Amino acid sequence: MRTAVSSPAGDKRLKILDATIKRHQYQQDALIEILHRASELFGYLEADLLLYISHSLKLPPSQVYGVATFYHLFSLAPKGVHNCVVCTGTACYVKNSQAILTQVEKLTQIHAGETTIDGQISLMTARCLGACGVAPAVVLDGMVLGNQTPESVCEKVGAWWHNGTK
Amino acid sequence: MELNELLEIAEKELSERKSLEIRCCTAAACLSSDSQAVKDNLEAVIKAENLQDTVQVTGVGCMRLCCQGPLVQVENWANPVESKLYEKVTPEKAAEIIRGLNGEVTNLQAGDLNQPFFSRQLPIVLENSGKIDPERIQAYIGAKGYQALYQVLREMKPTEVVETITKSGLRGRGGAGYPTGLKWGTVAKSHTEKKFVICNADEGDPGAFMDRSVLESDPHRVLEGMAIAAYAIGANQGYIYVRAEYPLAIKRLEIAIRQAQHLGFLGSQIFDSPFDFKVEIRIGAGAYVCGEETALMASIEGKRGVPHPRPPYPAESGLWGYPTLINNVETFANIAPIIRKGAEWFASIGINKSKGTKVFALAGKIRNTGLIEVPMGTSLQEIVEDMGGGVPDGGIAKAVQTGGPSGGCIPASAFATPVDYESLTALGSMMGSGGMIVMDQTTNMVDVARFFMEFCMDESCGKCIPCRVGTVQLYGLLTKIGKGEGSLADLDLLEELSDMVKNTSLCGLGQSAPNPVFSTLRYFRDEYLQLVIDH
Repeated sequence: MRTAVSSPAGDKRLKILDATIKRHQYQQDALIEILHRASELFGYLEADLLLYISHSLKLPPSQVYGVATFYHLFSLAPKGVHNCVVCTGTACYVKNSQAILTQVEKLTQIHAGETTIDGQISLMTARCLGACGVAPAVVLDGMVLGNQTPESVCEKVGAWWHNGTK
Repeated sequence: MELNELLEIAEKELSERKSLEIRCCTAAACLSSDSQAVKDNLEAVIKAENLQDTVQVTGVGCMRLCCQGPLVQVENWANPVESKLYEKVTPEKAAEIIRGLNGEVTNLQAGDLNQPFFSRQLPIVLENSGKIDPERIQAYIGAKGYQALYQVLREMKPTEVVETITKSGLRGRGGAGYPTGLKWGTVAKSHTEKKFVICNADEGDPGAFMDRSVLESDPHRVLEGMAIAAYAIGANQGYIYVRAEYPLAIKRLEIAIRQAQHLGFLGSQIFDSPFDFKVEIRIGAGAYVCGEETALMASIEGKRGVPHPRPPYPAESGLWGYPTLINNVETFANIAPIIRKGAEWFASIGINKSKGTKVFALAGKIRNTGLIEVPMGTSLQEIVEDMGGGVPDGGIAKAVQTGGPSGGCIPASAFATPVDYESLTALGSMMGSGGMIVMDQTTNMVDVARFFMEFCMDESCGKCIPCRVGTVQLYGLLTKIGKGEGSLADLDLLEELSDMVKNTSLCGLGQSAPNPVFSTLRYFRDEYLQLVIDH
């Protein structure tokens, strides 16, 4: 189970984060870079982790929290084992990506932005992946797939479901 | 490095070229349909058949016709007329492509390189795209890369560079169309110890993927443009602000920066001149408003991407309060050719006050989706019907949406309009960054307006009230009308509120958020009325 800063001293990931902060010479303007790194390492940004960063950079916690919540890419809650991102950009919209989203929502019984209770699948939407030439596009566990249909996406997401721990 | 050393690298690159070159598209769209495996298989077959001496496989950038990807092009240097384009290539077809090299008949899907989609293009920004390996600096040098930078540093004064860009008539390709030379001149005039150059690669408009393709296909071109700009305005530090959604573009930029530093095109005393220039990448974190220049600079400073009122403009007080030049990816990509070929050459392309070419991303209900680069002034009719091949499955194009959420929908009746900054603005849309989304009869225009308003509502940073509250109210009204629950009074309210949001918002996001409403009301009012009156 991915937990953030439970035992700061012994956590290897924190050491890596410290190295990143050091490389940026504790500069406050590197906050976004450091939040990116922390997200990569921990999967999400827990409140304790944000506090840790604010102490390291000598920034008020309100500012770190403000930045972390301003940008869509930073998540303050844990994500699922598998990620499904449905692009809802204009080209995908015109090619009916809404139907894909609706079907996946129905299958997983969660809404976009949520994670299934068993922590297996997170469903998200993206503004535009820039893969408009192959719209509608979805990203499944980091792989961009073009020219999708509700059926093709549901089949792949359903496979996670069955192969998972559930 | 001296010019002859640069030319030597270029010559070596060209002389080592094998007589047959198989180009594999490795830009994001083709990669998503497994083009990496196609490339790997091609290499394996060539090795197995012992053809390494005559045939080479090159991973190249975007070949533009994304809908037919993965694309593979066979270039015969001994006989260029015999170039072939293969479409929808699967990894299994690698052996067949190799067999086809000897003239054997194959079952491969061959594309027509002479169709209007390709023949009507005039590649300047994309001249290397789909031709060179973006991960090798030698390939860029082989295509006359970094010669413009040499020329500028060794033979031109900064004021001459600004003058050349001014004369060329180049205007900002990010959408607003501010004259680039004028912007450079303003920053060049201020005398401070520090200045900055920023490349805006936060291509947030949904439906636009030109900048992504340029960065993935020819990253050195952008770096060269930035270095020339830095010299012209007297800056020593540059930043490229890229969306985190473009990991491949970031990777290729990182490689390009490393290679350019290694050969001394970035760093200290470039080309043995007193000019120093460093470039750093800053990665966005998913906020559309960061495409707005003042918000982007706040984000580079590590803060929330919230815009500031202008003036002061970035040219006077930008990054950390220093004068800052901020241009779009495509603008920078135009710089090197202008220097190499001259301002007059560039100014001879295009019409009226819009010079040069523009890259557009064609998407939506259109047969040929992908990238096109056409001279300014090309009509929408030509782009949609001739180059784009019209709507597939016998549909009829109803409108083209340009300019993303800040732009508008141009109806089919106005397709004769030439595409330039002024004409599109007169139609109630805008050039924007260059996304063109074609809509057909099945698209509901009220829902399109609602879709864009939802986007702006979500992406509003919340600093100013007209945008923060106005977009929510507009979205509510559009949803109500869309459901058929609206009245004529709601339509009036929609217009009145749109006008208010447009005129009182702080930054471009709010000021342009009502544009899709205005343009759909202007051209497709009957669709609104139907929903209202039928109720």
